[in-house]
Amino acid sequence: MAANDTLEGCFELMGGDFSNAGAASSELKSILTKLGISADIVRRAAVTAFEAEMNVIIHAVAGTMHYMIIDNTLTITLNDMGPGIESIELAMQEGYSTAPDWVREMGWGAGMGLPNIKKYADIFKIDTVVGEGTTLEIYFRLKGEKC
Amino acid sequence: MQLSKIIDLVNGTIVVDGGVAAIDITSVCSADLLSNVLRHGKKGALLVTCLNQPHVIRSAELADIPAVLLALGAIPVKDMVALAEEKKIVLLTTSLPMYTTCGILYGAGLRSCVED
Repeated sequence: MAANDTLEGCFELMGGDFSNAGAASSELKSILTKLGISADIVRRAAVTAFEAEMNVIIHAVAGTMHYMIIDNTLTITLNDMGPGIESIELAMQEGYSTAPDWVREMGWGAGMGLPNIKKYADIFKIDTVVGEGTTLEIYFRLKGEKC
Repeated sequence: MQLSKIIDLVNGTIVVDGGVAAIDITSVCSADLLSNVLRHGKKGALLVTCLNQPHVIRSAELADIPAVLLALGAIPVKDMVALAEEKKIVLLTTSLPMYTTCGILYGAGLRSCVED
């Protein structure tokens, strides 16, 4: 892939589809690995994508995960038709979660999802409207990478 | 530490052999919260958990963790086994509790992936 080329793709996500949860992030990781992107960036991208994907599975009716590589930047964008986030400040606090108990019993809902995304992304933006949905934009700089 | 040695130490059983003989474990991640696995898990770590769901395998795959050890006799659900086979993640079980399992591995020289 030449430096000025654009690569993009999109995955459909279904809320409540726990049996396929993580499949999109797994596919994205495979694509990034095949492009020759460094293992550290691939791992950070995969982890943030998985956390964001789980948020859609847990909280939303449906959503999409879109990825794009252009100008040495990887952008992962998640749009969902969900309840929206009433307080981004609270949602960014480690340990704060609105996930139900049965989700916690599966190992999720620890209130670490958005904090983990913030920790591992180079840039992280969140836009939400209560009653409509949430958009996450997660950026990784690839400067110096082969792609 | 060779994974085969770890299996001996905890009297473990191999459920899915994703290449046990070739795997060298460099640290241990012990957690029942998957976001902790995603945050602290390190490439080459062994994940020790009591969670028996396929999301554990997804977390291991995405965090570059090659092997999962279910403690306290946890029995993996069918989908967990199938995903481990598909993703070539080693899946082990032991009847020992998590505390004892981690104590044995610590005593044998393995450290937490958080301490690395």
